[in-house]
Amino acid sequence: MTTPGLPLWVTVPGTLLLVAGGLLAMIGALGLVRLRDFPSRMHAPTIGTTLGSGCVLVTSMLVSSAMLGRPVAHELLITLFVVVTAPITAMLLMRAAVYRDAIRKRSRR
Amino acid sequence: MKKPSSSPPPVLTTALAASWLLLNQTLALGQIAFAALLALALARTTSALRPLRPRLRRMRTVPGLLLMVLTDITRSSFNVARIVLGLVGNRPVHAGFLDIPLELRDPHGLAALATIITATPGTVWVGLAPDGHSLTLHVLDLRDGIGWIHLIKTRYEQPLIRIFE
Repeated sequence: MTTPGLPLWVTVPGTLLLVAGGLLAMIGALGLVRLRDFPSRMHAPTIGTTLGSGCVLVTSMLVSSAMLGRPVAHELLITLFVVVTAPITAMLLMRAAVYRDAIRKRSRR
Repeated sequence: MKKPSSSPPPVLTTALAASWLLLNQTLALGQIAFAALLALALARTTSALRPLRPRLRRMRTVPGLLLMVLTDITRSSFNVARIVLGLVGNRPVHAGFLDIPLELRDPHGLAALATIITATPGTVWVGLAPDGHSLTLHVLDLRDGIGWIHLIKTRYEQPLIRIFE
């Protein structure tokens, strides 16, 4: 398979951003294991969903634009939908955890 | 009570049309016409589900706020990554709940604040007090509670009040 030769100003930042995005997602996943309690664990995966996916999406825009020779930006919609829907699950999880802890505290008494 | 006006909400209509064009990656005349029709129809039918409309003032505050949120997301990502990897030296990291007195009342402004707080690693929205005067967050690195309150109020709440109220 022959890949079209991409200019260096695309491949270098693209590669760096992809590696950075992968590392950030991995650190986020690692946080799930390393942090001690449920609310603290809520924070770590956010690194992957915001900055991590942001890095991957910017790379996608950069590489697709260079390959097709025209600006490609519909990745912005992915960012928009991820960012707008994230609070719903985060709030539901957090409220469920707070409620559970309150019940546990009451039953222990 | 005022009857909901039958004119389509302008911001929602424009946003729907813009996302249709972006999704199809086109600026062809036919597609623009179709996007306008589709957006008008969708905006009109869905406005029955949410009759409450945002009043957008001071739109020139928006770019500055977006830029601030982007830099904060980047900075907090590295802060949280450092905590996860244990690169904070011997300093103990205390996570905890934090109550913030809130002046923002507009539901759309609150939704925007929730989005910002959830998108920023290190802070998670826990809940709004029933009277709406206080917001509870969970903060991963609760070293300086007053500092966090100040940060949320000046960097996010003030611009959102300027935009929505």
